Amino acid sequence: MLSISQSALDGLRRHGEETYPNECCGVLLGKLEGEERRVSSVARCGNTRSDSPQNRYNIDPKELIRIQRQARERGEDVVGFYHSHPDHAARWSTTDLAEAHWIGCSYVITAIEGGLAGRTCSFALGGTGEEDKCFLDEEIEPFPSAAPPESR
Amino acid sequence: MHLNDIMRIHIPTSLRQYADEKDAVEVAGRTAGEGLANLTAQYPDLRRQLYTDDGKLRAFVNFYLNDEDIRSLQQENTPVKEGDSLSIVPSIAGGVELTIAE
Repeated sequence: MLSISQSALDGLRRHGEETYPNECCGVLLGKLEGEERRVSSVARCGNTRSDSPQNRYNIDPKELIRIQRQARERGEDVVGFYHSHPDHAARWSTTDLAEAHWIGCSYVITAIEGGLAGRTCSFALGGTGEEDKCFLDEEIEPFPSAAPPESR
Repeated sequence: MHLNDIMRIHIPTSLRQYADEKDAVEVAGRTAGEGLANLTAQYPDLRRQLYTDDGKLRAFVNFYLNDEDIRSLQQENTPVKEGDSLSIVPSIAGGVELTIAE
């Protein structure tokens, strides 16, 4: 399951609207708690696929390293990624699976329909390696942004 | 540069299950390749994740020495000095192109 603060969820959906008709992308930051990923914030990234930004995305590893470094200082970790599907469903594509390599992490997809955010779905990348990796549907459970995790 | 130079290798969340859940491991090595060889000697299950069957670094895994991609330096022969950080970063990409799963 993916628990995510309401403000982080709103933020990633808004990002997809802002970059429409291109795909947005970013990093989910928080903590891994057993099988659950708990997202406390998101970090926006630039989409380096300037050749085909309306249907492809790529995050610069250097940008991820910078985000990871800053997250570590706040006690957060990378627990997944997000991107948008402009005018397409919030389901993973064969490209999404082929190019997903962070097993155990969440991949969140938001459908952007005519510039407005539609459904947001999350898929956990399961398996043990390239040979048997697969996306598993997972529930998204938003939690109030104002409430610290300890008070839940 | 000495035989005992120690680098810090940052392990991504997705690979920590193969490295005793550690987020970073300190290993000795004069080059990035030696550091990775020592890392995978210590954690053999990591090897399949980082290398192909014929011993080449997997194309979708990036290796950054501090802020530089080792592929733009001297690849596995990139010299490492005491205190350097080597980050393992599997690529992050995708997109709606091709078919959507039903």
